[in-house]
Amino acid sequence: MQSLGLDVLFKGSNFIRLLEGLWVAVRISLISVVLSIVLGIPAGMLMTSRSRVIRALFRVYLEIVRIMPQMVLLFIVYFGTTRVFGWDLSAEASAIIVFVFWGCAEMGDLVRGALISIPRIQYESAAALGMNQLVSFRYVILPQTVRRLIPLSINLITRMIKTTSLVMMIGIVEVLKVGQQIIEANRKASPNAAFGVFATVFLLYFLICWPISTLASWLEKRWA
Amino acid sequence: MEKEVILQYLPLYREALLLTLRIGWQGVLLALVFGVACTWIRQLKIPVLKSLVTVYIELFRNTPLLVQLFFLYFALPKAGIRMTPELCGSLGLGLLGGAYMAETFRSGLESIAPIQEESALSLGMTSMQALRYVILPQAATYSISGIVANVIFLLKETSVFSVISLMDLMFTAKDLIGMYAKTLECLTLLVVFYLIMLLPVSVFGSWLERRMRRAEFGA
Repeated sequence: MQSLGLDVLFKGSNFIRLLEGLWVAVRISLISVVLSIVLGIPAGMLMTSRSRVIRALFRVYLEIVRIMPQMVLLFIVYFGTTRVFGWDLSAEASAIIVFVFWGCAEMGDLVRGALISIPRIQYESAAALGMNQLVSFRYVILPQTVRRLIPLSINLITRMIKTTSLVMMIGIVEVLKVGQQIIEANRKASPNAAFGVFATVFLLYFLICWPISTLASWLEKRWA
Repeated sequence: MEKEVILQYLPLYREALLLTLRIGWQGVLLALVFGVACTWIRQLKIPVLKSLVTVYIELFRNTPLLVQLFFLYFALPKAGIRMTPELCGSLGLGLLGGAYMAETFRSGLESIAPIQEESALSLGMTSMQALRYVILPQAATYSISGIVANVIFLLKETSVFSVISLMDLMFTAKDLIGMYAKTLECLTLLVVFYLIMLLPVSVFGSWLERRMRRAEFGA
């Protein structure tokens, strides 16, 4: 135990502190996921719009999100916009802005994919049965879309949780940062703390993301 | 924006880009190797190795690269395994990518109906020939979009390398902002250099996808 630095975890409130650090990251990702889903659904509907201008705009938006690393976007919002516009933005607020900007594009693309995967004949048959647009959307299109969408949006949650680990780079004290603090504080008493702490962080992330992604792939198979 | 500042910073960013590209491509290459190896083991159903591969894939698909790098670079030396930052970077990227590639390859192979292999065998092909001429060409057209997406994902993930003290683009930008506070110039260069790195890959990727789709069987 001593040699691999696992003892540090049981000293004082160290393990609780790590969990609190993890919660900071998870909280940011949950807020971002909820906002991304709320904004992503209308975005996805707009992506299937008939207007070329709207489609082109969303294409550009999607490409920006696809190509720019989230890290760069974080820097732009946290260091860039605060400098240019002179406003005061907390690191956490910047992180949420960036992750929603990213998540909304991803979610929108998922919604678009789900919507266009419904064969046209479904709409036509519903119309032929005398349903109006609202009724056919509610009873024919929506149930099929939602089934395709739910596993994919659950996957988005794990991606969001994994991506929020980046927030330590703009100075938010989350699980990795807490880990570093614990290692620093115990440098003398247990020089190998780095192993115990970072192995634990690794496992903690796995324990959060794995059940969620397993659920997603189970649902995907079941509803396929 | 000051032009002189940008010109002054340009060589630093170029160095950083070259480093990022070098480690990035090493990582992508390793990822392909790991991915192929894992897929091979899974397809041949080698008893113990098969379960190990599953554990590896699940572990690395469900944790962030940042955490993986911290583990490789700060934790492993305490257990007696020491690596240079560069090796850590490409190995970390390779391990992460290998897990994603393995999944992409698997879904590609699974998309091929069993009757394809059976027909090839009944025509007198050996199983290697069936793989080479029947299964792989179809699986490749199916997985290509996934592979391209993985490569872009991996190259984007290189942006966390600064935590293991590699002088990549993010490191350079952060360092220069910290020293001279020319935020706007630094961030503009950062965006431009990432575009230089990723735009060609993205364009080439979609071209490749379009070309391969033509080879799709019966579609």
